[in-house]
Amino acid sequence: MAPQLGIVLVFFFWPALQAIEQAFYVEDAFGLSREFAGLANFEAVLSDATYYQALGTTLVFSLAVALGAMSIALLLAVMADRVIRGARVYRTLLVWPYAVAPAVAGVLWLFLFDPTLGLISSLLGNVGIDWDHKLNGAQALALVIMASVWKQMSYNFVFFLAALQALPKSLLEAAAIDRAGPWRRFWTIIFPLLSPTSFFLLVMNSVYAFFETFGTIDTVTSGGPGGATTTLVYKVYQDGFVGQDMGSSAAQSVLLMALVGGLTWFQFRYVERKVQY
Amino acid sequence: MQYRRPGLDRLSHALLALCCLLFLLPVWLAFTASTHTLGALYSQTASLWFGEAGWDNYRHLLSGSFGGLGTDVLTLLINSTIMALGIAIGKIAISVLAAYAIVFFRFPFRRLCFWLIFITLMLPVEVRILPTFEVVADLGLLDSYAGLILPLIASATATFLMRQFFLTVPPELVEAARIDGAGPWRFLRDILLPLSKTNLAALFVIMFLYGWNQYLWPLLITNDADYLTIVVSLKRLLTSTDGLVPWQNVTTTAVLAMLPPVAVILLMQRYFVKGLVDSEK
Repeated sequence: MAPQLGIVLVFFFWPALQAIEQAFYVEDAFGLSREFAGLANFEAVLSDATYYQALGTTLVFSLAVALGAMSIALLLAVMADRVIRGARVYRTLLVWPYAVAPAVAGVLWLFLFDPTLGLISSLLGNVGIDWDHKLNGAQALALVIMASVWKQMSYNFVFFLAALQALPKSLLEAAAIDRAGPWRRFWTIIFPLLSPTSFFLLVMNSVYAFFETFGTIDTVTSGGPGGATTTLVYKVYQDGFVGQDMGSSAAQSVLLMALVGGLTWFQFRYVERKVQY
Repeated sequence: MQYRRPGLDRLSHALLALCCLLFLLPVWLAFTASTHTLGALYSQTASLWFGEAGWDNYRHLLSGSFGGLGTDVLTLLINSTIMALGIAIGKIAISVLAAYAIVFFRFPFRRLCFWLIFITLMLPVEVRILPTFEVVADLGLLDSYAGLILPLIASATATFLMRQFFLTVPPELVEAARIDGAGPWRFLRDILLPLSKTNLAALFVIMFLYGWNQYLWPLLITNDADYLTIVVSLKRLLTSTDGLVPWQNVTTTAVLAMLPPVAVILLMQRYFVKGLVDSEK
């Protein structure tokens, strides 16, 4: 017990309290003196247009990653569940991207889309699309989203397949006897029964898109061009470590903690009374 | 209407196979690119087949320092291994102890301790980077293995998983052990740990991957190339030269960075799936 508590106190609560304290102070450029600033840091952050840009990017990014990774995973899991022979083989073939680090995934996709020698960028060039994610913000965001979806899909796939295989077969057979086709069986029986898994995955995917994609963003675009791929977490890093604006970064940290706290609270409220049909 | 439809099954197989190939494509390209020379890479768009450099890129990177990195890839691999193993083993050790204390012992502030651990679920490293960095700097742990490992070692998820498992241990077993004269340590070592072997293996896989794939934290606290991990080194490689990106080095390093975690996940797939599904419940 003691070691766990020690680590928790030193590396979680001490920093968290420091962040909250620092959020209320303004430091000079050399970090020599600081004065109490009340809510000035929060006001500065909340009236900063780039903060809202980052918020918007985060929302678009999270939504795209969650929906993309979940719909592909669901489609593949339903098909892998259908085929009796080979479901395990397909699982093996689809599960490994989970082991690839987000930063490595970013590098792999960066290579595919490299403007001079990438395979896909040259294919796109043949159909008349100029690919340069270093200049085009929308393309940069799309590239980061693709790399993140690629990595996250396998996680969703494992959960969807496990949930599908746990569904009561008698229900589906009864529906088949009642002349419900595969399409109808999916939408009226399987999909509603999967809703707890889907909801859980939605939360997990959002958390992933929020935090773990830092490595992908840093290797692929470094938040650019023009802040087009700067998410909230990336901004905390950029303002704090690159820009050395500790007060602003700390205020952003506190806002993020509140946001994640809210998300977690929401998730646990949901867990209390699961969606059941 | 029949329940099984062979046509649909064939379609499923075809689509699944296609998707497996598509998912493999980025890795395959990186792998083939890692066997080309820089000149060959830039003379054409990425080729789908191996180049003439063969294993030379690997031999070159593993043996000597290169490209402004100040160290060789072998050192990076060793650092990553130390960090991943340290995090996995450390997390499991303190989680088992904490769960053991919470489940089997009555002590004051038990609920408070439980909640203190519980709240950390809401504070991933990425949220508290800056203040944690300062704490670690104050403790003088920058550029050290302890600094890499310790801040990431507390794990609410692992503690909960172990707690859930310990709660299923029947009280009769605890009583029987006590009657036979086993003390708390003996009970933990000889009865509880052997019982939780599969859970421990599952946790180990998840935590090893977590440790190996860390990016932000090692990026922040290591300036010294001797403590750099392989995942973090990729970014430095990408930006190390002003001109052309040395893609043959980058892809080689990326392949080497992927190999250990992918091997772990494929070899221990059963435990991995169990650990993943259990730990998120």
